[in-house]
Amino acid sequence: MDFLNAIIALLNFVVVPAMAYGSQLALGALGVTLIYGILRFSNFAHGDTMAFGAMVTVLFTWLFQSWGISLGPLPTALLALPLGILGCMGLLLATDRVVYRFYREQKAKPVILVIVSLGVTFIMNGIVRFIIGPDDQRFADGERFIVSARTFKELTGLREGLAIKTTQGITVITAVVVVALLFWFLNRTRTGKSMRAYSDNEDLALLSGINPERVVMITWLIVAGLATIAGVLYGLDKSFKPFTYFQLLLPIFASAIVGGLGNPIGAIAGGFVIAFSEVTVTYAWKKVLTYLMPESLEPSGLVQLLSTDYKLAVSFLILLIVLLFKPTGLFKGKAV
Amino acid sequence: MIVVDDLHKHFGGFHAVDGASLEIAQGSITGLIGPNGAGKTTLFNVIAGVLKPTSGRVSMAGEEITGLPPHELFHKGLLRTFQIAHEFSSMTCRENLMMVPGDQLGETLWNTWFGRKRIADQERALRAKADEVLEFLTVEHLADHKAGQISGGQKKLLELGRTMMVDARIVFLDEVGAGVNRTLLNTIGDAIIRLNKERGYTFVVIEHDMDFIGRLCNPVICMAEGKVLAEGTLAEIKANEHVIEAYLGTGLKNKDKVGA
Ligand SMILES: Nc1ncnc2c1ncn2[C@@H]1O[C@H](COP(=O)(O)OP(=O)(O)OP(=O)(O)O)[C@@H](O)[C@H]1O
Ligand SMILES: [Mg+2]
Repeated sequence: MDFLNAIIALLNFVVVPAMAYGSQLALGALGVTLIYGILRFSNFAHGDTMAFGAMVTVLFTWLFQSWGISLGPLPTALLALPLGILGCMGLLLATDRVVYRFYREQKAKPVILVIVSLGVTFIMNGIVRFIIGPDDQRFADGERFIVSARTFKELTGLREGLAIKTTQGITVITAVVVVALLFWFLNRTRTGKSMRAYSDNEDLALLSGINPERVVMITWLIVAGLATIAGVLYGLDKSFKPFTYFQLLLPIFASAIVGGLGNPIGAIAGGFVIAFSEVTVTYAWKKVLTYLMPESLEPSGLVQLLSTDYKLAVSFLILLIVLLFKPTGLFKGKAV
Repeated sequence: MIVVDDLHKHFGGFHAVDGASLEIAQGSITGLIGPNGAGKTTLFNVIAGVLKPTSGRVSMAGEEITGLPPHELFHKGLLRTFQIAHEFSSMTCRENLMMVPGDQLGETLWNTWFGRKRIADQERALRAKADEVLEFLTVEHLADHKAGQISGGQKKLLELGRTMMVDARIVFLDEVGAGVNRTLLNTIGDAIIRLNKERGYTFVVIEHDMDFIGRLCNPVICMAEGKVLAEGTLAEIKANEHVIEAYLGTGLKNKDKVGA
Protein backbone atom coordinates (compact mmCIF):
# COMPACT_ATOMS: atom_id res chain seq x y z
CA MET A 1 0.00 0.00 0.00
CA ASP A 2 2.71 2.43 0.98
CA PHE A 3 4.49 1.68 -2.23
CA LEU A 4 1.35 2.46 -4.24
CA ASN A 5 0.85 5.65 -2.28
CA ALA A 6 4.42 6.66 -3.05
CA ILE A 7 3.87 6.12 -6.74
CA ILE A 8 0.65 8.10 -6.72
CA ALA A 9 2.31 10.96 -4.86
CA LEU A 10 5.10 10.88 -7.41
CA LEU A 11 2.66 10.93 -10.30
CA ASN A 12 0.62 13.68 -8.73
CA PHE A 13 3.39 16.07 -7.79
CA VAL A 14 6.09 15.28 -10.33
CA VAL A 15 5.03 13.36 -13.41
CA VAL A 16 1.73 15.04 -14.23
CA PRO A 17 2.92 18.65 -13.75
CA ALA A 18 6.17 17.92 -15.57
CA MET A 19 4.32 16.38 -18.52
CA ALA A 20 2.18 19.48 -18.88
CA TYR A 21 5.10 21.86 -18.41
CA GLY A 22 7.24 19.78 -20.76
CA SER A 23 4.59 19.98 -23.46
CA GLN A 24 4.48 23.75 -23.12
CA LEU A 25 8.25 24.02 -23.31
CA ALA A 26 8.38 21.64 -26.27
CA LEU A 27 5.91 23.75 -28.23
CA GLY A 28 7.85 26.90 -27.40
CA ALA A 29 11.18 25.29 -28.26
CA LEU A 30 9.79 24.05 -31.57
CA GLY A 31 9.09 27.64 -32.55
CA VAL A 32 12.59 28.75 -31.56
CA THR A 33 14.18 25.84 -33.37
CA LEU A 34 12.22 26.39 -36.58
CA ILE A 35 13.28 30.02 -36.71
CA TYR A 36 16.86 29.02 -36.04
CA GLY A 37 16.76 26.38 -38.76
CA ILE A 38 15.16 28.53 -41.45
CA LEU A 39 15.95 32.14 -40.63
CA ARG A 40 19.21 31.24 -38.93
CA PHE A 41 19.07 33.30 -35.77
CA SER A 42 18.03 32.86 -32.16
CA ASN A 43 14.78 34.71 -31.77
CA PHE A 44 14.72 36.35 -28.34
CA ALA A 45 11.30 37.75 -29.12
CA HIS A 46 9.74 34.31 -28.96
CA GLY A 47 8.61 34.61 -25.34
CA ASP A 48 6.85 37.87 -26.06
CA THR A 49 5.40 36.44 -29.26
CA MET A 50 3.81 33.80 -27.04
CA ALA A 51 2.56 36.54 -24.73
CA PHE A 52 1.03 38.44 -27.63
CA GLY A 53 -0.77 35.43 -29.07
CA ALA A 54 -2.01 34.48 -25.63
CA MET A 55 -3.14 38.04 -24.97
CA VAL A 56 -5.26 38.15 -28.13
CA THR A 57 -6.75 34.82 -27.12
CA VAL A 58 -7.48 36.11 -23.61
CA LEU A 59 -9.24 39.19 -24.99
CA PHE A 60 -11.45 37.10 -27.27
CA THR A 61 -12.12 34.66 -24.43
CA TRP A 62 -13.42 37.52 -22.31
CA LEU A 63 -15.54 38.70 -25.20
CA PHE A 64 -17.04 35.25 -25.69
CA GLN A 65 -17.60 34.89 -21.96
CA SER A 66 -19.43 38.22 -21.91
CA TRP A 67 -21.63 36.97 -24.75
CA GLY A 68 -22.34 33.86 -22.75
CA ILE A 69 -20.65 31.58 -25.24
CA SER A 70 -18.85 28.64 -23.66
CA LEU A 71 -17.54 25.20 -24.47
CA GLY A 72 -19.22 23.53 -21.51
CA PRO A 73 -16.61 21.65 -19.46
CA LEU A 74 -13.77 22.85 -21.71
CA PRO A 75 -12.23 26.30 -21.37
CA THR A 76 -13.70 28.97 -23.66
CA ALA A 77 -10.13 29.91 -24.52
CA LEU A 78 -9.99 26.96 -26.93
CA LEU A 79 -12.69 28.68 -28.97
CA ALA A 80 -10.74 31.93 -28.99
CA LEU A 81 -7.45 30.20 -29.80
CA PRO A 82 -7.78 30.31 -33.62
CA LEU A 83 -8.39 34.05 -33.41
CA GLY A 84 -5.33 34.42 -31.19
CA ILE A 85 -3.28 32.52 -33.75
CA LEU A 86 -4.55 34.76 -36.54
CA GLY A 87 -3.66 37.85 -34.53
CA CYS A 88 -0.20 36.49 -33.84
CA MET A 89 0.31 35.61 -37.51
CA GLY A 90 -0.56 39.18 -38.39
CA LEU A 91 1.95 40.52 -35.88
CA LEU A 92 4.78 38.24 -37.03
CA LEU A 93 4.21 38.89 -40.74
CA ALA A 94 4.14 42.61 -40.07
CA THR A 95 7.33 42.39 -37.99
CA ASP A 96 9.01 40.43 -40.75
CA ARG A 97 7.95 42.92 -43.39
CA VAL A 98 8.98 45.96 -41.38
CA VAL A 99 12.08 44.66 -39.58
CA TYR A 100 13.58 41.30 -40.49
CA ARG A 101 13.24 41.52 -44.27
CA PHE A 102 15.45 44.56 -44.34
CA TYR A 103 18.22 42.64 -42.57
CA ARG A 104 17.71 39.60 -44.77
CA GLU A 105 18.29 41.67 -47.85
CA GLN A 106 21.49 43.01 -46.29
CA LYS A 107 22.46 39.40 -45.61
CA ALA A 108 23.04 40.45 -42.01
CA LYS A 109 24.99 38.13 -39.75
CA PRO A 110 23.08 36.00 -37.21
CA VAL A 111 24.54 38.01 -34.32
CA ILE A 112 22.99 41.16 -35.71
CA LEU A 113 19.63 39.46 -36.10
CA VAL A 114 19.78 38.29 -32.49
CA ILE A 115 20.21 41.88 -31.33
CA VAL A 116 17.44 42.98 -33.68
CA SER A 117 15.17 40.35 -32.17
CA LEU A 118 16.02 41.73 -28.74
CA GLY A 119 14.72 45.10 -29.92
CA VAL A 120 11.59 43.42 -31.24
CA THR A 121 11.20 41.80 -27.83
CA PHE A 122 10.98 45.15 -26.09
CA ILE A 123 8.48 46.48 -28.61
CA MET A 124 6.21 43.43 -28.34
CA ASN A 125 6.64 43.56 -24.58
CA GLY A 126 5.45 47.16 -24.61
CA ILE A 127 2.51 46.44 -26.91
CA VAL A 128 1.25 43.64 -24.69
CA ARG A 129 1.56 45.66 -21.48
CA PHE A 130 -0.03 48.65 -23.14
CA ILE A 131 -3.05 46.64 -24.22
CA ILE A 132 -3.67 44.29 -21.31
CA GLY A 133 -1.49 45.64 -18.51
CA PRO A 134 1.33 43.95 -16.61
CA ASP A 135 -0.89 42.14 -14.09
CA ASP A 136 -2.02 38.59 -13.67
CA GLN A 137 -5.16 37.82 -15.68
CA ARG A 138 -7.39 34.81 -15.20
CA PHE A 139 -9.27 33.51 -18.17
CA ALA A 140 -9.65 29.80 -17.51
CA ASP A 141 -13.18 28.53 -17.06
CA GLY A 142 -15.03 25.25 -17.47
CA GLU A 143 -14.45 22.13 -15.41
CA ARG A 144 -11.32 22.42 -13.24
CA PHE A 145 -10.42 18.75 -12.95
CA ILE A 146 -10.59 15.66 -15.09
CA VAL A 147 -9.86 13.64 -11.97
CA SER A 148 -9.87 15.40 -8.62
CA ALA A 149 -7.83 14.20 -5.66
CA ARG A 150 -10.93 13.52 -3.64
CA THR A 151 -12.69 11.39 -6.27
CA PHE A 152 -9.49 9.50 -6.79
CA LYS A 153 -9.12 8.72 -3.09
CA GLU A 154 -12.74 7.63 -2.83
CA LEU A 155 -12.42 5.40 -5.87
CA THR A 156 -9.20 3.70 -4.88
CA GLY A 157 -9.21 3.94 -1.12
CA LEU A 158 -5.58 5.11 -1.17
CA ARG A 159 -4.30 7.76 1.17
CA GLU A 160 -2.75 9.78 -1.62
CA GLY A 161 -4.89 11.46 -4.24
CA LEU A 162 -4.11 11.92 -7.91
CA ALA A 163 -5.43 15.13 -9.41
CA ILE A 164 -5.33 15.80 -13.13
CA LYS A 165 -6.39 19.30 -14.06
CA THR A 166 -8.42 19.80 -17.23
CA THR A 167 -5.77 22.24 -18.43
CA GLN A 168 -3.05 19.64 -17.95
CA GLY A 169 -5.01 17.11 -19.96
CA ILE A 170 -5.71 19.62 -22.72
CA THR A 171 -2.10 20.72 -22.75
CA VAL A 172 -0.73 17.25 -23.33
CA ILE A 173 -3.37 16.25 -25.89
CA THR A 174 -3.01 19.50 -27.83
CA ALA A 175 0.76 19.20 -27.83
CA VAL A 176 0.58 15.67 -29.22
CA VAL A 177 -1.83 16.69 -31.97
CA VAL A 178 0.16 19.80 -32.90
CA VAL A 179 3.47 17.96 -32.99
CA ALA A 180 1.98 15.17 -35.11
CA LEU A 181 0.59 17.74 -37.55
CA LEU A 182 3.88 19.60 -37.71
CA PHE A 183 5.89 16.49 -38.45
CA TRP A 184 3.43 15.34 -41.05
CA PHE A 185 3.74 18.77 -42.66
CA LEU A 186 7.54 18.85 -42.60
CA ASN A 187 8.05 15.30 -43.83
CA ARG A 188 5.16 14.65 -46.14
CA THR A 189 4.17 17.84 -47.92
CA ARG A 190 6.21 19.53 -50.61
CA THR A 191 6.07 22.84 -48.81
CA GLY A 192 7.38 21.17 -45.68
CA LYS A 193 10.14 19.53 -47.65
CA SER A 194 11.07 22.86 -49.20
CA MET A 195 11.42 24.19 -45.68
CA ARG A 196 13.67 21.33 -44.69
CA ALA A 197 15.67 21.73 -47.89
CA TYR A 198 16.06 25.45 -47.26
CA SER A 199 17.20 24.79 -43.71
CA ASP A 200 19.65 22.14 -44.89
CA ASN A 201 21.34 24.04 -47.72
CA GLU A 202 20.14 27.53 -48.53
CA ASP A 203 22.22 28.05 -51.69
CA LEU A 204 21.12 24.81 -53.21
CA ALA A 205 17.48 25.42 -52.30
CA LEU A 206 17.57 28.77 -54.09
CA LEU A 207 19.16 27.23 -57.15
CA SER A 208 16.53 24.51 -57.10
CA GLY A 209 13.88 27.14 -57.61
CA ILE A 210 12.62 27.37 -54.03
CA ASN A 211 11.35 30.84 -53.25
CA PRO A 212 13.02 31.94 -50.01
CA GLU A 213 10.43 34.62 -49.16
CA ARG A 214 7.70 32.01 -49.31
CA VAL A 215 9.60 29.62 -47.07
CA VAL A 216 10.20 32.43 -44.60
CA MET A 217 6.54 33.47 -44.64
CA ILE A 218 5.31 29.96 -44.00
CA THR A 219 7.83 29.58 -41.21
CA TRP A 220 6.47 32.69 -39.48
CA LEU A 221 2.91 31.43 -39.88
CA ILE A 222 3.77 28.10 -38.29
CA VAL A 223 5.76 29.79 -35.55
CA ALA A 224 2.79 32.06 -34.79
CA GLY A 225 0.60 28.99 -34.39
CA LEU A 226 3.09 27.20 -32.16
CA ALA A 227 3.80 30.27 -30.04
CA THR A 228 0.16 31.13 -29.48
CA ILE A 229 -0.79 27.57 -28.59
CA ALA A 230 2.16 27.29 -26.20
CA GLY A 231 1.34 30.66 -24.68
CA VAL A 232 -2.33 29.92 -24.18
CA LEU A 233 -1.68 26.47 -22.72
CA TYR A 234 0.80 27.91 -20.27
CA GLY A 235 -1.63 30.69 -19.40
CA LEU A 236 -4.46 28.23 -18.80
CA ASP A 237 -2.27 26.00 -16.69
CA LYS A 238 -0.84 28.79 -14.54
CA SER A 239 -2.21 32.24 -15.31
CA PHE A 240 -1.58 34.92 -17.90
CA LYS A 241 1.07 37.42 -16.88
CA PRO A 242 3.20 39.13 -19.53
CA PHE A 243 6.42 38.98 -17.54
CA THR A 244 6.32 35.21 -17.02
CA TYR A 245 6.55 34.74 -20.78
CA PHE A 246 9.73 36.72 -20.89
CA GLN A 247 11.07 34.50 -18.11
CA LEU A 248 9.98 31.39 -20.01
CA LEU A 249 12.47 32.33 -22.69
CA LEU A 250 15.22 30.79 -20.61
CA PRO A 251 13.87 27.25 -20.21
CA ILE A 252 12.60 27.37 -23.80
CA PHE A 253 16.01 28.19 -25.20
CA ALA A 254 17.58 25.68 -22.87
CA SER A 255 15.19 23.05 -24.26
CA ALA A 256 15.95 23.92 -27.88
CA ILE A 257 19.70 23.96 -27.27
CA VAL A 258 19.78 20.82 -25.15
CA GLY A 259 17.88 19.01 -27.90
CA GLY A 260 20.08 20.45 -30.65
CA LEU A 261 19.17 23.83 -32.18
CA GLY A 262 17.46 23.50 -35.54
CA ASN A 263 16.29 19.97 -34.86
CA PRO A 264 12.52 19.65 -34.20
CA ILE A 265 12.74 16.23 -32.52
CA GLY A 266 15.47 17.63 -30.29
CA ALA A 267 13.25 20.54 -29.29
CA ILE A 268 10.58 18.17 -28.03
CA ALA A 269 13.02 15.93 -26.19
CA GLY A 270 14.73 18.99 -24.75
CA GLY A 271 11.43 20.38 -23.50
CA PHE A 272 10.74 17.26 -21.47
CA VAL A 273 14.31 16.94 -20.21
CA ILE A 274 14.23 20.48 -18.88
CA ALA A 275 10.72 20.18 -17.46
CA PHE A 276 11.39 16.93 -15.64
CA SER A 277 14.70 18.16 -14.28
CA GLU A 278 13.18 21.40 -13.08
CA VAL A 279 10.30 19.69 -11.34
CA THR A 280 12.29 16.85 -9.77
CA VAL A 281 15.05 19.10 -8.51
CA THR A 282 12.68 21.57 -6.90
CA TYR A 283 10.21 19.00 -5.54
CA ALA A 284 10.20 18.26 -1.82
CA TRP A 285 10.68 14.50 -1.76
CA LYS A 286 9.84 14.08 1.92
CA LYS A 287 6.34 12.78 1.24
CA VAL A 288 7.36 10.11 -1.25
CA LEU A 289 10.30 8.99 0.87
CA THR A 290 8.18 8.75 3.98
CA TYR A 291 6.12 6.07 2.28
CA LEU A 292 9.12 4.14 1.12
CA MET A 293 11.47 4.21 4.09
CA PRO A 294 11.17 2.48 7.42
CA GLU A 295 9.99 4.86 10.13
CA SER A 296 13.40 5.14 11.75
CA LEU A 297 14.99 6.43 8.56
CA GLU A 298 12.29 8.90 7.65
CA PRO A 299 13.77 12.19 6.53
CA SER A 300 13.31 15.10 8.83
CA GLY A 301 13.85 17.85 6.29
CA LEU A 302 11.92 18.51 3.08
CA VAL A 303 14.50 16.68 0.93
CA GLN A 304 14.33 19.39 -1.67
CA LEU A 305 17.49 19.71 -3.74
CA LEU A 306 16.87 23.33 -4.66
CA SER A 307 14.24 25.78 -3.56
CA THR A 308 11.72 26.69 -6.27
CA ASP A 309 13.26 30.15 -6.38
CA TYR A 310 16.16 28.58 -8.20
CA LYS A 311 14.17 26.67 -10.75
CA LEU A 312 15.49 28.83 -13.59
CA ALA A 313 19.00 27.84 -12.59
CA VAL A 314 18.16 24.23 -13.33
CA SER A 315 17.80 25.05 -17.01
CA PHE A 316 21.28 26.49 -17.01
CA LEU A 317 22.71 23.53 -15.19
CA ILE A 318 21.22 20.97 -17.58
CA LEU A 319 22.34 23.09 -20.49
CA LEU A 320 25.88 23.15 -19.17
CA ILE A 321 26.02 19.43 -18.52
CA VAL A 322 24.62 18.43 -21.91
CA LEU A 323 26.78 20.85 -23.88
CA LEU A 324 29.89 19.64 -22.06
CA PHE A 325 29.32 16.11 -23.32
CA LYS A 326 27.40 16.72 -26.55
CA PRO A 327 28.21 20.17 -27.91
CA THR A 328 25.55 19.96 -30.64
CA GLY A 329 22.81 18.84 -28.28
CA LEU A 330 21.21 15.47 -27.63
CA PHE A 331 20.03 15.19 -31.21
CA LYS A 332 22.45 16.61 -33.67
CA GLY A 333 21.59 20.25 -34.20
CA LYS A 334 23.29 22.55 -36.61
CA ALA A 335 25.80 25.29 -36.13
CA VAL A 336 25.35 28.53 -38.03
CA MET B 1 21.18 33.41 -75.64
CA ILE B 2 23.26 34.95 -72.86
CA VAL B 3 25.05 38.24 -73.27
CA VAL B 4 27.45 39.39 -70.58
CA ASP B 5 28.46 42.99 -70.94
CA ASP B 6 31.47 44.50 -69.16
CA LEU B 7 30.84 42.58 -65.93
CA HIS B 8 32.77 43.44 -62.77
CA LYS B 9 32.72 41.68 -59.45
CA HIS B 10 34.95 43.03 -56.72
CA PHE B 11 35.59 41.47 -53.33
CA GLY B 12 36.86 44.41 -51.36
CA GLY B 13 39.74 45.68 -53.47
CA PHE B 14 40.15 42.39 -55.33
CA HIS B 15 38.72 42.25 -58.85
CA ALA B 16 37.64 38.63 -59.30
CA VAL B 17 35.75 39.44 -62.50
CA ASP B 18 37.25 42.47 -64.13
CA GLY B 19 35.30 43.65 -67.13
CA ALA B 20 34.35 40.37 -68.74
CA SER B 21 32.21 40.52 -71.89
CA LEU B 22 31.03 37.43 -73.73
CA GLU B 23 28.19 35.89 -75.64
CA ILE B 24 26.84 32.39 -75.40
CA ALA B 25 25.14 31.24 -78.59
CA GLN B 26 21.81 29.46 -78.38
CA GLY B 27 22.21 25.71 -78.72
CA SER B 28 25.97 25.72 -78.23
CA ILE B 29 28.15 23.86 -75.78
CA THR B 30 30.57 26.57 -74.79
CA GLY B 31 33.73 25.69 -72.89
CA LEU B 32 35.08 28.06 -70.26
CA ILE B 33 38.71 27.50 -69.35
CA GLY B 34 41.38 29.44 -67.55
CA PRO B 35 43.86 29.16 -64.70
CA ASN B 36 42.78 28.66 -61.09
CA GLY B 37 41.44 31.89 -59.70
CA ALA B 38 40.66 33.29 -63.15
CA GLY B 39 37.17 34.19 -62.01
CA LYS B 40 35.23 31.46 -63.81
CA THR B 41 33.19 30.33 -60.83
CA THR B 42 32.63 33.91 -59.77
CA LEU B 43 31.32 34.69 -63.25
CA PHE B 44 28.89 31.76 -62.94
CA ASN B 45 27.80 32.97 -59.54
CA VAL B 46 27.04 36.43 -60.85
CA ILE B 47 25.15 35.15 -63.89
CA ALA B 48 23.13 32.71 -61.76
CA GLY B 49 22.16 35.42 -59.29
CA VAL B 50 24.10 34.05 -56.31
CA LEU B 51 26.29 37.15 -56.23
CA LYS B 52 25.31 40.68 -57.18
CA PRO B 53 27.66 42.20 -59.77
CA THR B 54 29.60 45.31 -58.82
CA SER B 55 28.73 46.64 -62.27
CA GLY B 56 27.84 45.39 -65.70
CA ARG B 57 24.87 43.66 -67.24
CA VAL B 58 23.69 40.17 -68.03
CA SER B 59 20.83 39.43 -70.38
CA MET B 60 19.19 36.23 -71.46
CA ALA B 61 17.35 35.97 -74.78
CA GLY B 62 17.18 39.75 -74.97
CA GLU B 63 15.78 40.15 -71.47
CA GLU B 64 17.90 41.78 -68.80
CA ILE B 65 18.43 39.39 -65.89
CA THR B 66 21.16 41.20 -63.93
CA GLY B 67 20.80 40.63 -60.20
CA LEU B 68 17.63 38.52 -60.33
CA PRO B 69 17.47 36.05 -57.44
CA PRO B 70 18.45 32.45 -58.25
CA HIS B 71 14.99 30.98 -57.82
CA GLU B 72 13.55 33.32 -60.43
CA LEU B 73 16.34 32.51 -62.86
CA PHE B 74 15.64 28.85 -62.23
CA HIS B 75 12.07 29.32 -63.36
CA LYS B 76 13.34 31.06 -66.48
CA GLY B 77 15.25 27.90 -67.28
CA LEU B 78 18.72 28.90 -66.10
CA LEU B 79 20.36 26.17 -64.04
CA ARG B 80 23.82 25.63 -62.66
CA THR B 81 25.86 23.12 -60.73
CA PHE B 82 28.33 23.87 -57.96
CA GLN B 83 32.06 23.33 -58.23
CA ILE B 84 31.99 22.06 -54.67
CA ALA B 85 29.03 19.72 -54.69
CA HIS B 86 26.05 20.82 -52.60
CA GLU B 87 23.40 18.46 -51.34
CA PHE B 88 20.48 18.29 -48.95
CA SER B 89 22.41 16.07 -46.60
CA SER B 90 19.53 14.74 -44.52
CA MET B 91 17.51 13.67 -47.55
CA THR B 92 18.05 10.65 -49.75
CA CYS B 93 19.51 11.01 -53.25
CA ARG B 94 16.10 10.44 -54.74
CA GLU B 95 14.53 13.08 -52.52
CA ASN B 96 17.35 15.43 -53.47
CA LEU B 97 16.43 15.14 -57.12
CA MET B 98 12.74 15.39 -56.33
CA MET B 99 13.31 18.75 -54.67
CA VAL B 100 14.46 20.30 -57.90
CA PRO B 101 11.33 21.62 -59.52
CA GLY B 102 11.30 23.98 -56.54
CA ASP B 103 7.85 25.33 -55.92
CA GLN B 104 6.39 24.86 -59.34
CA LEU B 105 4.12 22.02 -58.41
CA GLY B 106 1.06 22.36 -56.23
CA GLU B 107 2.89 24.60 -53.88
CA THR B 108 0.00 26.68 -52.60
CA LEU B 109 -1.06 26.10 -49.03
CA TRP B 110 -4.54 25.38 -50.34
CA ASN B 111 -3.31 22.53 -52.50
CA THR B 112 -1.23 21.10 -49.72
CA TRP B 113 -4.40 20.44 -47.78
CA PHE B 114 -7.07 19.99 -50.40
CA GLY B 115 -5.40 18.91 -53.62
CA ARG B 116 -3.98 15.70 -52.21
CA LYS B 117 -4.82 13.54 -55.21
CA ARG B 118 -3.26 15.82 -57.79
CA ILE B 119 -0.18 16.24 -55.65
CA ALA B 120 0.13 12.50 -55.20
CA ASP B 121 0.08 12.08 -58.99
CA GLN B 122 2.74 14.72 -59.48
CA GLU B 123 4.78 13.14 -56.73
CA ARG B 124 4.66 9.79 -58.51
CA ALA B 125 5.72 11.32 -61.81
CA LEU B 126 8.59 13.13 -60.09
CA ARG B 127 9.71 9.96 -58.42
CA ALA B 128 9.74 8.05 -61.68
CA LYS B 129 11.71 10.86 -63.25
CA ALA B 130 14.22 10.88 -60.39
CA ASP B 131 14.74 7.14 -60.70
CA GLU B 132 15.24 7.50 -64.42
CA VAL B 133 17.91 10.14 -63.88
CA LEU B 134 19.65 8.04 -61.22
CA GLU B 135 19.72 5.09 -63.58
CA PHE B 136 21.09 7.21 -66.37
CA LEU B 137 23.93 8.31 -64.10
CA THR B 138 24.50 4.66 -63.13
CA VAL B 139 23.88 5.37 -59.45
CA GLU B 140 20.40 3.87 -59.06
CA HIS B 141 21.68 1.83 -56.11
CA LEU B 142 22.16 5.10 -54.20
CA ALA B 143 18.52 6.17 -54.49
CA ASP B 144 17.75 5.56 -50.82
CA HIS B 145 21.13 6.59 -49.42
CA LYS B 146 21.37 9.84 -47.52
CA ALA B 147 23.00 12.36 -49.86
CA GLY B 148 25.28 13.55 -47.08
CA GLN B 149 26.96 10.15 -46.97
CA ILE B 150 27.77 9.45 -50.63
CA SER B 151 31.24 10.02 -52.07
CA GLY B 152 32.48 13.26 -53.56
CA GLY B 153 32.35 11.96 -57.12
CA GLN B 154 28.86 10.64 -56.58
CA LYS B 155 27.80 14.04 -55.29
CA LYS B 156 29.06 15.56 -58.54
CA LEU B 157 26.83 13.15 -60.42
CA LEU B 158 23.90 14.18 -58.26
CA GLU B 159 24.69 17.79 -59.19
CA LEU B 160 24.42 16.92 -62.86
CA GLY B 161 21.31 14.86 -62.19
CA ARG B 162 19.58 17.93 -60.81
CA THR B 163 19.85 19.73 -64.10
CA MET B 164 18.15 16.80 -65.81
CA MET B 165 15.06 16.93 -63.61
CA VAL B 166 13.45 19.86 -65.38
CA ASP B 167 13.47 21.25 -68.89
CA ALA B 168 16.23 23.78 -68.72
CA ARG B 169 17.16 26.24 -71.43
CA ILE B 170 20.71 26.88 -70.36
CA VAL B 171 22.84 24.94 -67.91
CA PHE B 172 26.11 26.09 -66.37
CA LEU B 173 28.31 23.18 -65.32
CA ASP B 174 31.14 24.03 -62.95
CA GLU B 175 33.77 21.29 -63.21
CA VAL B 176 31.13 18.62 -63.23
CA GLY B 177 33.74 16.03 -64.13
CA ALA B 178 36.24 16.79 -61.37
CA GLY B 179 36.72 13.73 -59.19
CA VAL B 180 34.65 11.50 -61.45
CA ASN B 181 36.31 8.46 -63.02
CA ARG B 182 37.15 8.28 -66.74
CA THR B 183 34.41 5.91 -67.84
CA LEU B 184 31.79 7.92 -66.06
CA LEU B 185 33.27 11.13 -67.42
CA ASN B 186 32.62 9.80 -70.90
CA THR B 187 29.06 8.93 -69.92
CA ILE B 188 28.61 12.46 -68.63
CA GLY B 189 30.02 13.81 -71.88
CA ASP B 190 27.55 11.68 -73.82
CA ALA B 191 24.72 12.89 -71.61
CA ILE B 192 25.62 16.51 -72.24
CA ILE B 193 25.75 15.97 -75.99
CA ARG B 194 22.42 14.16 -75.93
CA LEU B 195 20.68 16.81 -73.85
CA ASN B 196 22.08 19.40 -76.22
CA LYS B 197 20.96 17.61 -79.38
CA GLU B 198 17.67 16.12 -78.24
CA ARG B 199 16.37 18.66 -75.79
CA GLY B 200 18.11 21.73 -77.13
CA TYR B 201 19.87 22.63 -73.86
CA THR B 202 22.55 25.27 -74.18
CA PHE B 203 25.58 24.42 -72.02
CA VAL B 204 28.43 26.39 -70.56
CA VAL B 205 31.06 24.02 -69.24
CA ILE B 206 33.97 24.88 -66.95
CA GLU B 207 36.63 22.18 -67.11
CA HIS B 208 40.35 21.82 -66.69
CA ASP B 209 40.39 18.56 -68.68
CA MET B 210 41.31 19.56 -72.24
CA ASP B 211 40.27 16.21 -73.73
CA PHE B 212 36.82 16.65 -72.30
CA ILE B 213 36.63 20.25 -73.54
CA GLY B 214 37.91 19.24 -76.97
CA ARG B 215 35.33 16.54 -77.31
CA LEU B 216 32.32 18.64 -76.34
CA CYS B 217 32.88 22.30 -76.72
CA ASN B 218 32.77 24.74 -79.52
CA PRO B 219 33.49 27.54 -79.02
CA VAL B 220 35.91 27.71 -76.12
CA ILE B 221 36.40 30.86 -74.07
CA CYS B 222 39.57 31.38 -72.06
CA MET B 223 39.55 33.65 -69.02
CA ALA B 224 42.44 34.95 -66.96
CA GLU B 225 42.52 37.48 -64.14
CA GLY B 226 38.85 38.24 -64.48
CA LYS B 227 38.98 39.08 -68.18
CA VAL B 228 38.18 37.19 -71.34
CA LEU B 229 41.50 36.43 -72.98
CA ALA B 230 40.45 34.67 -76.17
CA GLU B 231 37.60 32.89 -77.85
CA GLY B 232 37.47 30.34 -80.65
CA THR B 233 37.78 26.64 -81.34
CA LEU B 234 39.99 24.72 -78.97
CA ALA B 235 42.67 24.51 -81.64
CA GLU B 236 42.66 28.25 -82.07
CA ILE B 237 42.76 28.77 -78.32
CA LYS B 238 45.64 26.37 -77.96
CA ALA B 239 47.57 28.29 -80.54
CA ASN B 240 46.86 31.68 -79.00
CA GLU B 241 50.01 33.06 -77.43
CA HIS B 242 48.23 34.97 -74.65
CA VAL B 243 46.56 31.75 -73.62
CA ILE B 244 49.77 29.79 -73.72
CA GLU B 245 51.39 32.37 -71.53
CA ALA B 246 48.57 32.58 -69.00
CA TYR B 247 47.30 29.05 -68.83
CA LEU B 248 48.43 26.29 -71.13
CA GLY B 249 52.12 27.15 -71.20
CA THR B 250 54.52 25.02 -69.20
CA GLY B 251 51.98 25.01 -66.40
CA LEU B 252 54.56 25.57 -63.72
CA LYS B 253 53.54 29.16 -63.35
CA ASN B 254 49.97 28.27 -62.31
CA LYS B 255 50.78 25.54 -59.88
CA ASP B 256 51.24 27.94 -57.02
CA LYS B 257 47.86 29.60 -57.44
CA VAL B 258 45.19 28.36 -55.16
CA GLY B 259 41.73 27.69 -56.56
CA ALA B 260 38.49 28.67 -54.87
N1 LIG C 1 33.52 35.27 -51.78
C1 LIG C 1 34.76 35.65 -52.10
N2 LIG C 1 35.40 36.56 -51.37
C2 LIG C 1 36.65 36.97 -51.69
N3 LIG C 1 37.33 36.51 -52.75
C3 LIG C 1 36.75 35.59 -53.53
C4 LIG C 1 35.43 35.11 -53.25
N4 LIG C 1 35.10 34.21 -54.21
C5 LIG C 1 36.16 34.13 -55.02
N5 LIG C 1 37.15 34.96 -54.64
C6 LIG C 1 38.43 35.14 -55.31
O1 LIG C 1 38.17 35.42 -56.65
C7 LIG C 1 39.13 34.80 -57.48
C8 LIG C 1 38.41 34.02 -58.56
O2 LIG C 1 37.81 32.88 -57.96
P1 LIG C 1 36.98 31.83 -58.81
O3 LIG C 1 36.43 30.85 -57.87
O4 LIG C 1 36.03 32.54 -59.67
O5 LIG C 1 38.11 31.14 -59.70
P2 LIG C 1 37.96 29.98 -60.76
O6 LIG C 1 38.32 30.56 -62.07
O7 LIG C 1 36.66 29.31 -60.62
O8 LIG C 1 39.12 29.01 -60.28
P3 LIG C 1 39.18 27.41 -60.23
O9 LIG C 1 39.58 26.94 -61.57
O10 LIG C 1 40.25 27.14 -59.23
O11 LIG C 1 37.85 26.93 -59.80
C9 LIG C 1 39.99 33.93 -56.59
O12 LIG C 1 41.23 34.59 -56.42
C10 LIG C 1 39.24 33.87 -55.30
O13 LIG C 1 40.13 33.85 -54.22
MG1 LIG D 1 35.98 27.53 -60.09
